[in-house]
Amino acid sequence: MPAIVRLPTVLRPHANGEARLDVNGETVGEIIDEIVRKFPGMETNLLGEDGSLHRFVNVYVNDEDVRYLDKMDTTVADGDELSILPAVAGG
Amino acid sequence: MTVYRGIDELIGETPILDVSQLSPNPNVQIFAKLEGSNPAGSVKDRIAKAMINDAEARGLLTPGQTIIEPSSGNTGIAMAMIASQRGYPIIVVVPESVSVERRQLLEIFGAEIIFTPGEQGSNGSVRVARQMADENPDWAFLYQYGNDSNPRAHYETTGPEILRDVPDISHFVAGLGTSGTLMGVGSYLKEIKKSVQIWAVEPPSGENVEGLRSLDDGFVPPVFERWGGQDLLDRKMIVRPRESIECARLLVKEAGLFAGISSGAALAGCRKAAARIESGVIVFVVCDYGWKYLSTGAWTSDLDSATASTEKIIYF
Repeated sequence: MPAIVRLPTVLRPHANGEARLDVNGETVGEIIDEIVRKFPGMETNLLGEDGSLHRFVNVYVNDEDVRYLDKMDTTVADGDELSILPAVAGG
Repeated sequence: MTVYRGIDELIGETPILDVSQLSPNPNVQIFAKLEGSNPAGSVKDRIAKAMINDAEARGLLTPGQTIIEPSSGNTGIAMAMIASQRGYPIIVVVPESVSVERRQLLEIFGAEIIFTPGEQGSNGSVRVARQMADENPDWAFLYQYGNDSNPRAHYETTGPEILRDVPDISHFVAGLGTSGTLMGVGSYLKEIKKSVQIWAVEPPSGENVEGLRSLDDGFVPPVFERWGGQDLLDRKMIVRPRESIECARLLVKEAGLFAGISSGAALAGCRKAAARIESGVIVFVVCDYGWKYLSTGAWTSDLDSATASTEKIIYF
């Protein structure tokens, strides 16, 4: 069973308009690589020049921000939900 | 009893309430820092006072000068309260998706309100306020997202109050907006007591910002970057409106505490932390009370419709 990836409105045009993707991969990095392989237009939106996450992108596995877990090495189990969200202001 | 000579003297020194009955782990205590007890009703009173005092001291804010500030509500309300007493006209730029009570409070304290499209979220308000400040160089733009007085207010007051009242603290949990509370309190706590864990909770706000044209319109508060947010935080998690409301209801039922929706989110974060650790003492911030969110039906409607109306507003 693949992981469920939820895309924000701003990224959907790069994924044929899809809001949800089912992607195989055991880590966040593998899943992002797979997304970029399928939708090359996503690369500059998801990754910075050094291959780490784009500064205005937050990725959550089951609602936990992976920057505070193991970043790209964060493990993703079958059926986990991976949400990609733009960084926005609060306060 | 002290007689206070100005409303802003009442800011800070907020009480802490033991709400451990809500802990899922008998070896973990949960304490609520009641920032809703500030006079304008939220934790933002502290930063409003600090930013205005600092700008006055540095000559950046002079008598009668107009203040402009982007805010999703609470900072604007707090600044308007202080500005009304010190004779500063104030313009607050807010997303139109804030609760009706937040708008009303801004009006009550005499602010001029400029609305930005709800689908742009707070990012839209930041952009418009910045643009207006550029066009009107005679106005004072204190800019909570980039003003070090914001985290410093928490480093100097909220953090020391917490450690003084709860020296056994093991975890600090607060909502992430400008990041001021987490950066200021977090830096103070870790400086004095390195083992304290700092957990941030946030709403799924990026989901509702439909108006973002590209990711380059994204926003990370300068305060977060300057204060080393990524190293300071130990965990950051989304808490969704439904769970936030459920926890806000639990606070009323089990502790008689009528806290705002973002405080419900913070409690949810505490309960997750409590379930994962063996023992500890968690302090979380009740950033405001529930009054400003009554119109969402969070306590009075069925959970589905309360969740649906909360999803439409900015409540952090």
